[in-house]
Amino acid sequence: MGKQFLLGNIKVPGIHTYDVYRKHGGYNAAEKALKTQTRDQVIEEVKFSGLRGRGGAGFPSGMKWSFLDQKSDKPRYLVCNADESEPGTFKDRFLMEKLPHLLIEGMIISSYALGAKTSYIYIRGEYMYVLRILEKAILEAYAAGFLGKNILGTDFSLDLYVHPGAGAYICGEETALLESLEGKRGLPRLKPPFPAIAGLYACPTVVNNVETIASVPCIVNISADLYNDIGIGKSTGTKLISASGHINKPGVYEIELGLPVEEFIYSDEYCGGIWKGRSLKAVVAGGSSVPILPANLILKTAKGEPRLMTYESLSDGGFVSGSMLGSGGFIVMDETTCIVRNLWTFARFYHHESCGQCSPCREGTGWMEKVLHRIEHGHGHMSDVDLLVDIAKKIEGNTICPLGDAAAWPVASAIRHFREEFEYHVKYPEKVKDPKHFEKEPFVSEKLERAVH
Amino acid sequence: MSEVRFSNDTLTLVSKLIGRYPEGRQKSALLPLLHIAQSEFEGWLSVPTMDYVASLLKIQPIEVYEVASFYSMFNLKPVGRCLLEVCQTGPCWLRGSDDIVIHLEKKLGIKVGETTADGMFTLKTVECLGSCDTAPMLQCGAAYYENLTTESVDALLVKLNADGERSSYMK
Amino acid sequence: MAKVTIDGIEIEVQDGTTILNAARQIGGDSVPPAMCYYSSLKDSGGKCRVCLVKVAQGSAKDPRPMPKLMASCRTPVMDGMVVQSITSPEVLEARKSVVEFLLINHPLDCPICDQAGECDLQNLAYKHGVGQTRYEEEKRTFEKIDIGDKIKLHMTRCILCYRCTFVANQITDNRVHGIIGRGDASEISTYIQKAVDNDFSGNMIDVCPVGALTDKTFRFKSRVWFTNPLDAHRDCKKCSGKVVLWTKGEEVLRVSARTDQYNEVKEFICNECRFDHKIKSDWIIEGPRHIDRHSVIAQNHYEKSDLQKLKKEIDRQIEFEKGKLLSPNNPG
Repeated sequence: MGKQFLLGNIKVPGIHTYDVYRKHGGYNAAEKALKTQTRDQVIEEVKFSGLRGRGGAGFPSGMKWSFLDQKSDKPRYLVCNADESEPGTFKDRFLMEKLPHLLIEGMIISSYALGAKTSYIYIRGEYMYVLRILEKAILEAYAAGFLGKNILGTDFSLDLYVHPGAGAYICGEETALLESLEGKRGLPRLKPPFPAIAGLYACPTVVNNVETIASVPCIVNISADLYNDIGIGKSTGTKLISASGHINKPGVYEIELGLPVEEFIYSDEYCGGIWKGRSLKAVVAGGSSVPILPANLILKTAKGEPRLMTYESLSDGGFVSGSMLGSGGFIVMDETTCIVRNLWTFARFYHHESCGQCSPCREGTGWMEKVLHRIEHGHGHMSDVDLLVDIAKKIEGNTICPLGDAAAWPVASAIRHFREEFEYHVKYPEKVKDPKHFEKEPFVSEKLERAVH
Repeated sequence: MSEVRFSNDTLTLVSKLIGRYPEGRQKSALLPLLHIAQSEFEGWLSVPTMDYVASLLKIQPIEVYEVASFYSMFNLKPVGRCLLEVCQTGPCWLRGSDDIVIHLEKKLGIKVGETTADGMFTLKTVECLGSCDTAPMLQCGAAYYENLTTESVDALLVKLNADGERSSYMK
Repeated sequence: MAKVTIDGIEIEVQDGTTILNAARQIGGDSVPPAMCYYSSLKDSGGKCRVCLVKVAQGSAKDPRPMPKLMASCRTPVMDGMVVQSITSPEVLEARKSVVEFLLINHPLDCPICDQAGECDLQNLAYKHGVGQTRYEEEKRTFEKIDIGDKIKLHMTRCILCYRCTFVANQITDNRVHGIIGRGDASEISTYIQKAVDNDFSGNMIDVCPVGALTDKTFRFKSRVWFTNPLDAHRDCKKCSGKVVLWTKGEEVLRVSARTDQYNEVKEFICNECRFDHKIKSDWIIEGPRHIDRHSVIAQNHYEKSDLQKLKKEIDRQIEFEKGKLLSPNNPG
């Protein structure tokens, strides 16, 4: 069992309540930071810990904090991004539901460090029941004197509110989230200016993911030194992985960064292996947006080294033979999976979620979905496969926000690694008529077959 | 149509919500208010309802229409008493969400996007609800129904029918 | 002041100038096209992505190139910035892609569209597009609607540039139309079939880069290239009163605001000037409107040329050709 910085007390009955959380050392970090550390010291600790944004991009959190415009005389805001919507990702929901006070404590310390007097948690509207849990916990924190005026007798005051979204993946993009929080359509803003200069209400703002903020109390508690002892290189500490798909034990796991992927998939401590005794076909390791990898490349890099759960190892080989750690949404597919159909569901998702503001994404996501729908349903042409690659290439990098890239990468990577399967759909339309086409008889590569015989 | 108006209790809540945002930034309360309005006025947002919300926030009605039509949780047309939202994105599909949708269509005698003749159920497919570890799953009101099988779906329909309550994200 | 180099040509511009406006100061073929940016509308731009350029050097201070192509209309120049517009194959490829994206759902009904001949999308497609489509799916369509008695909304043609909503926000008293829906289902709409009725609402027609918002009073009256455009003005209490009269013989078929070489209105006009004075005698005629020779409208349109003007035009053409030569994969 690895170190559990976040979920260590998850099994304690009643840990979602203030009293139990406090009894188990909760809010000690807030006390320590507010009473014994300056704001800059907290920022330095977070910098030194090597903590990286846990929402998907993996940007160093301490550095993001240090970009915040400290000279501005406008109010500063901390906004927690709890708009978790990346397919395959559910760790933030789990964390907020089970440990609401951990997030609140993280918000208190982070707001203190950034000099924010009002902070918001923007949670996706579908998680309304989690919002209720958070609101209840916030009331408890106010009652205990950890929120409100002059917290713990210091001159630091903080108001914390939860704000619901209403169904839009795009609001997970930080500037779209800010627009949404201002009561507008969730359209990503053009950058610059970045939120650190002009964010919420045009004031300096930091937007951080739930897990990122929840990691701060631990860093303050045990010190940055001990935090970055865990992990490898620039991947420090622990990470929550949302494991789903064809595995025996789907769920949220806290892993030490550096755990071998093979151990994560097959160990009973984590995914517990592939369900129904089947074999592994492919993995999307960091949420639907990151490139899919076939079994051989997810377990080992192209160089033949074991693939590890770190930002660096998962991206080893670039997009040719690697992927990304992303949000940690680990989607596992067994040998019966139709890669084309899975991809079509992703393409449909991005088409549905494109905000429609810029033309490559608005038009390109719909186009890709329609072509994939045709191929999957036996109406494709051979030229469609290259067409898809080309559309993806023309969206990538040309859009206002990363949703365009997120829509393009799965398409490009699926065709890169599973082209034969797309061509099979075109060649044998009658064999893919049944929606469960590969369930009874898994797809077998003709090329591989020929090589074997 | 009778006049659209929140109860006094709700209006107190509304002014509390508006108070969470800085002076002059009351538009920030738009999404929370639309959630409340949808819940209070039969599960959907009619034009008078949206105009009423606009008046509470002192903004133009078009600003409300623009926002309400952007977010997928707001219904701009009437829906059945229970809105069943079945997740269909990759991770749920891998674990059989298609079967759940087909079963619900057969059981309710409607297609996705339709409402049963008695006005009890509307069936909708939605994109990832962030519950991939308990796939397949569906949302009805604020509740998540997880690890669905055709049997558990049948039981759920019986329960919802018996309760007869209108689903709402706010309950 | 900031020094910026665009396609090898250096220019010094005011701090805060965007790359696009710096390029416009240089002129010629390096000027990026723009379908959503509109200089007189605050916050416009950034959406259509046809104006993408490559920033090969960020600034003198930080010479690193920018990792992605940038929307030139919304990216301010930095001192020492080096930009590639038509000298970058990557940029030309990206622009071509955007044209393709803008056209896949466009009805291409130019033969019956009133905008034909003065349509930015038509011009853009002509310059960057390819001759055939790879799109074989069903196109998105919408019903035509009247927004008020003077404006026709043909949503199917819309490229969602958002300009008309900026007009409504910035130069009319209150906005009653906006963008409804999301993604490729977004549409310009009043949502409740309300009339857009406002003294300056007609300017939405002029800022529309395509035939999505057209003047109902001009509908199917004439192809623009068969009209004779005249600069004219009148004393108006509400606006500058400076317009273009689109005439045929003695008849005034249409009144519009004057646009510059980038097809942008600098002085918006009121609806009274636009719709209620369709008789020549209401106007003081200044003379024929200068129309860019590249426009199809110039076809039936002869101006008395003076030598100065002619020389200027020849110089401009030479510059234009020079710009073309800069492009590495220019076929012709």
